[in-house]
Amino acid sequence: MTAPTRGEDESQAPVIAEFVDTTKRFGDIVAAERLNLQIRRGEFLSFLGPSGCGKTTALRMLAGLETPTEGRILIDGQDMGDAPAHRRPVNMVFQQYALFPHMTVAENVGYGLRQRRPRMDRAEIARRVDRALETVRLSDFGPRRIWQMSGGQQQRVALARAIVNEPKVLLLDEPMAALDAKLRGEMQMELLSLQRVLGITFILVTHDQQEALSMSDRICLMGQGRIVQIGTPRDLYDRPANRYAAGFVGSANMLDATVQSTADGQARVALADGSSVTVFSAGDRAAGDRVAIAVRPEALRLSVSDSVDAGATGFAATITHKTFLGEHIECLLHHPVLGQLQVNVPRQAERSLPGADVGRTVHVLWDHGSGLILGQD
Amino acid sequence: MRIYATLVYLFLYLPIGIIALFSFSAGRSASQMQGVSVVWYGKALSNPFVIDALKTSASVALTSAVLASVFGTMAALALTGMKGRLRVLFDAMVYIAIMIPGIVIGIATLIALVTVFDSVNPWLEPLTGYRLSMGFASLTAAHVLFTMSLVIVIVRARIEAMDRSLIEASSDLGASPLATFWQVTLPLLFPAILAGFLLAFTFSFDDFIIAFFVAGSETTLPIYIFSSIRRGVTPEINAIGTMVMATSLLLLVLAQTMLRRAGTSKQ
Ligand SMILES: Nc1ncnc2c1ncn2[C@@H]1O[C@H](COP(=O)(O)OP(=O)(O)O)[C@@H](O)[C@H]1O
Ligand SMILES: [Mg+2]
Repeated sequence: MTAPTRGEDESQAPVIAEFVDTTKRFGDIVAAERLNLQIRRGEFLSFLGPSGCGKTTALRMLAGLETPTEGRILIDGQDMGDAPAHRRPVNMVFQQYALFPHMTVAENVGYGLRQRRPRMDRAEIARRVDRALETVRLSDFGPRRIWQMSGGQQQRVALARAIVNEPKVLLLDEPMAALDAKLRGEMQMELLSLQRVLGITFILVTHDQQEALSMSDRICLMGQGRIVQIGTPRDLYDRPANRYAAGFVGSANMLDATVQSTADGQARVALADGSSVTVFSAGDRAAGDRVAIAVRPEALRLSVSDSVDAGATGFAATITHKTFLGEHIECLLHHPVLGQLQVNVPRQAERSLPGADVGRTVHVLWDHGSGLILGQD
Repeated sequence: MRIYATLVYLFLYLPIGIIALFSFSAGRSASQMQGVSVVWYGKALSNPFVIDALKTSASVALTSAVLASVFGTMAALALTGMKGRLRVLFDAMVYIAIMIPGIVIGIATLIALVTVFDSVNPWLEPLTGYRLSMGFASLTAAHVLFTMSLVIVIVRARIEAMDRSLIEASSDLGASPLATFWQVTLPLLFPAILAGFLLAFTFSFDDFIIAFFVAGSETTLPIYIFSSIRRGVTPEINAIGTMVMATSLLLLVLAQTMLRRAGTSKQ
């Protein structure tokens, strides 16, 4: 299998799976509403969203464990229709792993191969199982029982059991949720390198925005059963489509503003306190439009001197909270008109802020070009 | 409190203990200990009537336990897929079947079978020369009726406790529903089915009341004991009773072990 390497234009890769107006209802609950999404061969795509937004349902419809109420699912160009799970060329890593307790590690991993018709040669099965176990670094664990394995090891057995079948798409439902933070970090790295080595398309479900940002080629952000935004991690972070996206991926200061003028993708807007800043603007805006602006906490700066450098707008605000977070300091400030603002000050910048303690009024500097106009929800 | 508990247990188990103790007596009296020996065990095991009754009991117990396990498991699986009021109804019927006294099952089965036999025999006999009557089949059927409910309850509990995602994982890995049943569902249910089988066997092996009504000309071990008691109790009866009891206890302990293992095996 040839996979496009990262950095190549992946939009050239053929579509391997597709949702076409796919809707799933459970009684009155609309778990997934008119999903439209194309997943390309070899990419790492994440479904991101809070609990209950329909991520698992979307994944299960791909696997054939749930039948869409409306719309279609295509895998490798073929309409899956009502095809049951056992006839689909995809495999899933379940959230609680779902390993068979009455089988050894090797028997678990070989399960999918043993179901093949015509039957696969036993020696061949053993060879592939060994290779899969080697891939997940569990070479000597074949004869072990499942309950003799730690949580992290079980996770890797589940992974081996899926990839040994060489599925066209590997589905992962919050695979890291049950692991502790350190193990989760390691597993994320391992999963990424595995995906690069195998070239298999990965679809990951997660509610952890950090996980989605760090691992995905593209993120499909979901909210209340619908797709809110699809894009690269940078797209989602730098150009969130609306308030929901800006708030869920990273944190953002959201402010009301009025458009003053627009020019090639930029807009000059007036904030509530009268100061004006230049922001990114994707849609068509006319002067006088009332809009919502988002600006990331790390895009704002603090200054204890009164001089505002050219190319920045400044306004005075009072520090109400300071939280030390290691690589940066999270400052919450109060502005009488704009309300609460969050500014993340990098560790190095802290030195140039003598006396910027809680209670002190400082200048918040907003560089022109930071921030953007949000679309409607 | 402790003395009270001790008394209760003494009251419960002393008579049984005494029977077991007296079965090792060397004398002729069933209610007196005269020396220690195993002669009565030898006597019992060389008595052709005892051996015959034992064979009958064992084959009825085995047949009914096998049938109860198969049908009970099938019913438990079917009930799991059922929802709503119908399921409540079937659940209730299963529990009622367990709670109905043996004597009612015995009489009811007797009346039902006699009615069926009386209506079938008049045309069956001239045609084939056979006539249906009480015996091995009717006794086995009556036992299955009762013990099937035991199996249903035990297997159902195991199914409920089973992780549904195992079935989904099997399907996801390419196994057809039938293949999933043989490779995942059945092996995981097996300890519970075996426990149900052992309980069913024990029940059937021990049963007197139902057998008394529907055994016809067959003599099971409990029936043999009952009829020989009327001719006077000998230590031989004590020996047989002790052997039956030991067998039952052994099977019950086995069943318990099976259930415990089913419960603790990691999901
Ligand atoms: N089998 C089901 N029956 C009824 N409702 C369901 C079922 N599965 C999911 N839902 C509902 O659908 C919605 C989406 O669920 P899910 O896809 O599991 O969300 P997520 O994985 O994002 O947490 C939730 O409101 C959930 O309660
Ligand atoms: Mg979920």
